[in-house]
Formats: sequence, C-alpha cells, structure tokens
Amino acid sequence: MSLDAARERPSGSFFYNPRVRGLFWQAVLILVVGFLGYEAVVNAATNMRARGIPTDFAFWDRVASFDINLTLISYSATSTYGRAFMVGLLNTLLVAAIGVVLATVLGFFLGIARLSKNFVVAKLSSFYVEIMRNTPLLLQLLFIYNAVLKPLPNPRDSISFGAGFYLNNRGLVMPDPQFAPGAGFILAAGVAGIVASVFYRIYAKRRQAQTGEILPVGRVSAALILLPPVIVYLLLGQPISFEMPILRGFNFVGGLRVLPEFVALVLGLSLYTAAFIAEIVRAGILAVSHGQTEAAQSLGLSRSQTLKLVIIPQAQRVIIPPLTNQFLALTKNSSLAVFIGYPDLVQVFAGTVLNQTGAAVQVIAITMAVYLVISLITAVIMNLYNRRMALVER
Amino acid sequence: MSLYLRRDEAPTMPPPVRAGGAIGWLKDNIFSGWVSGPLALAFIALIVWVTPDLVRFFILDAIWTADDGAACRVQGTGACWAFVDRKLDFFRYGSYPVAEHWRVDVVIMLGTVLSARLLWPDGKKSTFGLFAFLIGIPLFIFLMIPGPAAIIREPSLELAILAGGIALACALEFSKLRTLWVGLIFFVLYPVLGAYLLKGSPLLGLIHVDTNLWGGIFLSLLVATIGIVFSLPAGILLALGRRSELPAVRFFSILYIEFVRGVPFITVLFMANTMLPLFVPDNWSPDRLMRPIVGFALFAAAYMAEEVRGGLQAIPKGQSEGAMALGLSYWQRMRLIILPQALTLVIPGIVNIFISLFKDTTLVAIVGIFDFLRAIDAARIDPVWSGPTVSPTVYTFAAAFYFIFCFGMSRYSQMMEERLNAGRRR
Repeated sequence: MSLDAARERPSGSFFYNPRVRGLFWQAVLILVVGFLGYEAVVNAATNMRARGIPTDFAFWDRVASFDINLTLISYSATSTYGRAFMVGLLNTLLVAAIGVVLATVLGFFLGIARLSKNFVVAKLSSFYVEIMRNTPLLLQLLFIYNAVLKPLPNPRDSISFGAGFYLNNRGLVMPDPQFAPGAGFILAAGVAGIVASVFYRIYAKRRQAQTGEILPVGRVSAALILLPPVIVYLLLGQPISFEMPILRGFNFVGGLRVLPEFVALVLGLSLYTAAFIAEIVRAGILAVSHGQTEAAQSLGLSRSQTLKLVIIPQAQRVIIPPLTNQFLALTKNSSLAVFIGYPDLVQVFAGTVLNQTGAAVQVIAITMAVYLVISLITAVIMNLYNRRMALVER
Repeated sequence: MSLYLRRDEAPTMPPPVRAGGAIGWLKDNIFSGWVSGPLALAFIALIVWVTPDLVRFFILDAIWTADDGAACRVQGTGACWAFVDRKLDFFRYGSYPVAEHWRVDVVIMLGTVLSARLLWPDGKKSTFGLFAFLIGIPLFIFLMIPGPAAIIREPSLELAILAGGIALACALEFSKLRTLWVGLIFFVLYPVLGAYLLKGSPLLGLIHVDTNLWGGIFLSLLVATIGIVFSLPAGILLALGRRSELPAVRFFSILYIEFVRGVPFITVLFMANTMLPLFVPDNWSPDRLMRPIVGFALFAAAYMAEEVRGGLQAIPKGQSEGAMALGLSYWQRMRLIILPQALTLVIPGIVNIFISLFKDTTLVAIVGIFDFLRAIDAARIDPVWSGPTVSPTVYTFAAAFYFIFCFGMSRYSQMMEERLNAGRRR
C-alpha cells in the first residue's frame, strides 16, 4: 500500500494525520450506530411492554390452532407454531427447488435460441425475454392465478392431458405413485448407477490422458443410470403402481392434487426467472471470443465437440456466478406466495403466526434469518466453486 | 521422401447454392437446421394460430363503451376496455378526492419536466429532441395522468397545467439554467412543494388529504421516485464504505449490504411496517405511507451499492494514486476522478436496478398501500363489472403500463451508454 509509507511518517499537525482522522471518524461511526441501536432496543422494549407484545420465544411451543392446506410433514391444527414454521419452510424450499429446475431448463433453451441465426427463433425468444423482464413478477403471478387458473372449468369439465393428468379450477390432478415394500431397492439401484457412472467417467478421463482413446462416456453413463432401476423394477414384480384419479360426483377421488396456488407460483417464478437466465446464458456464450471457435475448428473438432470441449467450459465460468444469484432471487421471490395464498414460510409464519401471536420482532427476525442462512450457504458454495473454476494464471 | 506436386488442374467445383434472395433468406432463417428449422416452423404455426384470436379478443370483439358489466358478461365478447375506461381515474389517483386531482397533476407535471431536464444529456439537442422536450414530454404526461377527459371536467385548470408544463420546459431550456441549479430545485425545492401540495396546507388554502386516500399510478410513481432518488447517493456512500480502508466503516457497510440483499423485499416491508414504529419513540411513529417508503429506500440502497462497487473495482488503482500525487483529498479524489469514471461504467447496471425497483414497487401492496397494481386488483372484483373478461383486460392494461416504463428506461440506458462511450469508441 503506497499510503502506508506516508502514514508512518509523523505529519506536521496532529489533526491532519490521516491515521488520527481515520480513528476519529471510525469512533464517531461506532458511537452513532451504537447509540441508534441502543435507542432502538430501549424503545422497542418500552413500546412492546406498553402494548403487551410478547418479547420471548415462548410462542414457539404453543398450539397453532390453524390449518395449512399443503403440508409435506404431518401437521394439524393441534400442532405447535414451531411445527407450522417447519411446514412453511419446507413449502418454500419445495417451490424454490422445482422453480430452479424449470427456470434453468427454459432459460438455457431461450438463451441459446436468442443466439440462433434463425430469424424467427431469435426474434421470438427475445420478444419473450423483453416482455417478461419488463413487467413485474407480481403482475405475472396475479395474471396466471386470477386470469388463467381461476377461470378454468370446474372438475367435471376438466381439461384432460391424457395419462391421468387433469387441469381444473381446483388445481392440477395427476396419478399418485404408490410405493410397495420393494420400491426402496429401485432407488438404491439408481444411486448405485450414478456412483458407477461417476467412477466410469474418472476412468475414461485417465484412459484418455494415457492413451488418447476417447471412451463413450455419455452412452455408458446413461445405460448405467437408467438400466439398473428398470431391471430391479421388473425383477421385483413392479412394486410402483399409479393410483389414477377418477371423477366421482363433483370432484376427483384418488390421485395427487396440486393446489392452483402452487401451480401459479411455480409457473410464475420459473417463467420470470427463465428470462433473466436466458440473458445470462447469452452473455456467457458471447463472452467466449470467436477466435476460440475458429481455433477449435482448425484443430478439426466437430461442431458438437467445439461446443462441449471449448465453448461450454469457458462460458460456464461467466455463467455460473450470476446464475446462482438468479437461483437466490427465485428463492427470495417465492415469498410473493403471500399474494396468492400459497402457504410458504412468509405466508404461514410472518403472516398467520405473526398475526396470532403478535410477536412481530421475533417472527420477522426468524424469517429473515432463514433467508440469510440460505444466502450464506449458497455464497460459501459459490466461493468454493469459483476457486476451483478460476483461471489458472502464471 | 516424396514431393507432392499437382500435375493437373483442380476440378471445377459446382457453383455455390444460392445464398441471397428470398430463397436464400428462407433457407438461412426458417429451414436452417434439424433443430432450429422445425422449431421455427412450430413458432410460425403458433403465431398464426394465436394472433387472430388475440386480435379478435383485444380489438374486434372488445367492448369499448358500456355503463356496467352487462355488456362484457355476454358470451363470446372480448376485452372489457369499457371497465378500464370507467375506472381510469381510480387507477390514476386511487381515492384522492376528485376535486383535488389537479394538485397531483401539478406535482407530476413539475417533477417530470424537471427530471427530464436533468436526465437529458447536456449539449446541443436536435430539432426533434428539442421539440420532444418542450412539447412532447408535457403533452405525454398530460395525456397519461389527467387524460383528455380532464379538459371537459375542468377546462381552465387542466389546460393551465399543460401550458405551465410547456412554459417550464421552455424556461429551463432557453434560460440556460445550469444543471446544478435544476438539480437543486428538483432535490430540495420540489419535494417540499410537492409534499405541501399533495398533503394540503391551510396556509396555501388547500384542504388536507390524508395519505390513506392516496393511490394508483400516482402513488406507484411517488414510491418509485423517492426510492430511486434516495438509493443512488446512499448506494454510492455504502459502496465507498465497503471499499474504505477504515475497518469499522467497512464492517458496517458490508453488514448492511449483505443483510438487506440476503432477505426478500417482502420481509423488509414487514419489518418497516411492524417493527419501525416499535423502534422509535411513540410520538415519532412514521406515517402509514412513510413506513414502506423508508423500507423501499433502505432496500434500494443496498442493491445500488453493489452495482456501484462493481464500477469502483473496475477503475485501475493508478487513477487513485495519480490523484493522490496531485494532492487531492479523499472526497476530491472520489468526486472528481473515481466516481465519474466508475458511474459511467455501470450506467446500464444502475438502470437495470431502477427497472427492478420500479417493478418491486408493486410489493408495497402487502402492507396495505394502494399502488397501481393493488388498485387494479381491488377494482377487478367490483361486482358491478365482474365478468370473465375483466381480469385479463385489466392485467394486460397494467402489463402495458409497466412495460412502457421499464422498456423506456432500458432504451434510455442504451442511449446514454452510447453517448458516454463516445470517447472509447474507435
């Protein structure tokens, strides 16, 4: 640091010494922030006592006595507020996980389509991206929920997609998979296949480094992952069956019903985020200079090899950090569930629980902490990944 | 060792497949490959299939004038524009008293002309640019906010507002008032004047209008403007703090930025709404409208800070060291050397943040603020008008409104980027 040398030297006046000034301003800042924090705590304590608002976490173990219409874990009106929190958290994670997968697939497709030389494909995907990016997510959610899903026909006149999938104003009805005792083995076989394919990949890389021979990794991995579960499924006498939804009276009996709120939220989040991911993918691919493509072609690589071995590894480095930011944004945006009544963390916990208990400070602090923890975990993983992927420069 | 020598002439190659012309274009753009070709055909089929339905729904079969929802409820009719037409004043002003609408119009007209002057880059304007600034912007705002119908309602007052807007634009343009002074008027004088006009003051003879009644497009613009105007200076300070050499300053800046960016905007709004009144002494408790605006501004500043930091990091260290060698103080270095370069670099990013902030203003509805989208959602369920076509119509209307603003901002940023890059273009 070039300033350090200047700092070490005693300067003419005490007041003009940058070090003294620095310490002074920091002390001022700490005092001001400390004072504001102290005032806030004192005021909050007085105000909360005056209004009879609880200041502890005793509500956590009390009976919630409200119902939630989508629960991944067992929950009833007699469960505690803590249990309601878990239900909300899992619902948020569920929406985020499905949304992330759908948005990534659609976003990559759109991003590549925008770069297509084909006029129609490129223009139509940029039209989509511009529309989605320039209108609020909340408006899109309300549109999907109120203008598309709500006016759907009632269960008797459901729109049928075949194979037991029906869409009506009470949500999406689909076949419910039933797992017989042996079903766990199928999962185990699938996991074993994935592990085997990872080992095969390592072996193929080593083989290529030693002999130059390129093994068909893609095809072998596909076979390793797909075949064992199918074989186990057939050997065990088909332990997974599907319970088909049947229309009886005014509603469907059996099958799996997905709430319209859930459909709207997943659709809205993934359609919106896909437009942003498309831009990231496009920028990432454009960031790889054309010279790389030309060099690859002059080495005799085929088009798909160029893409797989030269373009994608370099574009990845540009794409992945902002892509993670979009995943985080999607997770945070899932809190818009509150507007359409999907029971996510914010709706259940910062909404219903807060209103019932009145413990505003605690509830909001916990809700914020959850999102902060998700962000921090992602940030740590991202930093590790970045360190691995960063350009190795001499 | 053998030498290769060509002994006979190379065979003539067939002429290239026709590349230009209509067939060449079709080949390049429609039937271009095994993936994109069928895809393009599918897209064309989609357009052909959907367009007539859309035209029929939004234009041909649409109901343009009606007194209630009966006409829109008829089976097979299209968009219910009559509903939008009837509710337009509610969408614009919320429940602000009709007789006082002119006050909102004045505030918006003044703000638009002043900010247009500030946003318009210095230097010679083209004839078209001059015309757009002097007449186009006041007229556009007049048609958007009071609307043509206002002239029938209160001809003298509304026309005076339009004339005033044009006169102000002319005055700003021809008096050659320096940008700094316009900035001072906009950031100091205008907010005070606007607040008195909107809230009312017995001194000026204006009746009091409670913030409960504010709403619609006017409120969306208000929240967005305050947030955006506050976020830029606060964001710059936070970004400088994050790159400061003083550990305490850096620590608090990082803590603030990472905390706000790590949580959803809705929780910030909840916090502003329920916790802000608890943190201050009882008699200081902020106004119901002020709370989400404070939350919005705090939220916006953190995002702006990260964008500005990106720009600061892109400026080579030599710039700062050169400025130090000239004997400039920290604030002089930042004001004269670093920030002008850094901010220029991140203009597209800053405008992107403006766009996302403008879209995020829709979320203030969660704490009971009647912004544009909330007004639309409230009007949508009016039993007099309720019908199957009402929701798609109003949502399309809202989407068009947000699209015009956001797309306009992104075009503006592209224009500025080009202008400011003039020195770097080869």
